[in-house]
Amino acid sequence: MRGRVVITGMGAVTPLGVGADALISRWSGGECGIEDGAGRCDEFDPGDFLSRKEARRADRFTQFAVAASDEALGQAAWSDGLPYEQDRVGCVIGTGIGGLGSLEEQENVLRERGAKAVSPLSVPLMMGNAAAAALAMRHGIHGQTYGVVSACAAGAHAIGTAVRMIEAGDADGAVAGGAEAALTGLAVAAFAAMGATSPSGISRPFDRRRDGFVMGEGAGVLVLEDAEAAERRGAEPLGEVLGYAATSDAHHLTAPEPTGADAARAIELALDNAELGPGDIDYVNAHGTSTPLNDRSETESLKMALGEDARRVPVSSTKSAIGHLLGAAGAVEAIATVGALRRGAAPPTLGWEERDEELDLDYVPEESRPLAAKNGNGTRPLVGISNSFGFGGHNAVLCLSA
Amino acid sequence: MPTEVTTDRVEQVIFDGLAEVGAEREQISRQASFEDLDVDSLDLVEVSQIVEDEFGVELEGDDLKDLNTVGEVVDLVVARSS
Repeated sequence: MRGRVVITGMGAVTPLGVGADALISRWSGGECGIEDGAGRCDEFDPGDFLSRKEARRADRFTQFAVAASDEALGQAAWSDGLPYEQDRVGCVIGTGIGGLGSLEEQENVLRERGAKAVSPLSVPLMMGNAAAAALAMRHGIHGQTYGVVSACAAGAHAIGTAVRMIEAGDADGAVAGGAEAALTGLAVAAFAAMGATSPSGISRPFDRRRDGFVMGEGAGVLVLEDAEAAERRGAEPLGEVLGYAATSDAHHLTAPEPTGADAARAIELALDNAELGPGDIDYVNAHGTSTPLNDRSETESLKMALGEDARRVPVSSTKSAIGHLLGAAGAVEAIATVGALRRGAAPPTLGWEERDEELDLDYVPEESRPLAAKNGNGTRPLVGISNSFGFGGHNAVLCLSA
Repeated sequence: MPTEVTTDRVEQVIFDGLAEVGAEREQISRQASFEDLDVDSLDLVEVSQIVEDEFGVELEGDDLKDLNTVGEVVDLVVARSS
């Protein structure tokens, strides 16, 4: 019998603003943070969180993670010191690419001014584990700390990995999430070159006219705790991670396996891990990238994994409101899922207007919809799943309740 | 061409460099130790790069490892450039 893992803090920096509440309330209210074809975190000012020296030593993706972690640890009442032995707390932060902006900047320095002018901060700024390391130093975390790198599944993998760390008894609590800041010249050009991003600059997942994803940036960080330990210290859980699973397509560098079988398997395994079935699911927070291929194969996966229940459950995509946050997406969307469950309403898939014949699920068009409590008197927690799929064929699924 | 090297000029460039890497400007003086200023080896490499750009004086890790105060680095740069 595995132990339970609860969520006691959440923090986010997204194109909808600084704060998890800005993400959830604005998305639920139908606001979109995408402007001019990109989801930038325009409201974010590193000076609100970091000294000048700290900010110089942190790439933008790390700065986002620091801000999100301050919010999450504050909510968990961890800010004035960890409630557990420092080496009993872990930190796992996912990213797709790491400090790409810093890498590009120093590449320019190398070309223009030569090797001797390259900043000694280059490696610590760009390394993919930089955000995890920064959070450990900032919060005095002495347990297992590392980054996970699995493209657009990294945020979900990070949370799942931290959950397993706690379940295995290696930690009493963990700080987990994802961060990305890849709105750089090279990444924007590279995603466009492979035809992944939207020429129209519009994110409209599952709509017939969808033509690619819109890049976004930001971070999401959660505080996870062993449920019994959290209860002993009197913490108020925001939600629970009921289950987690991950699979791999082993199919193609970028394209999802078209039948959706391996993604479906991840959903099934996450439900098995939660000891739940398709009938227990109240809401699906889809990966829903707005690319022709993902949205089709994800729809197939949901039908395969949930059977008849796939048509009953509302499915919506956070990416319709903030774009695709790559390695941060899984963490930000887990937070959005918990937020939706706590509010008891599925936020809408913004921009969904025209049905694609093959995509025939309920994508929650136009506005938020109350989630019906199926059995009992509405006092039981609602259950949702959050899907994350990454280039390379990585599938990671979280089953959450609140 | 590197700027003409005077003690005042070296001091000014190093003070500015330390502020650039994040040291508190009002705490920077010849007597201040790097520990007081929270300046570490990575910061000193950045300051060394600025010094080399300005004066053409190359400072290696070994040159700096036994120096503890701002004034000692100023003196070393002045001595090396003469």
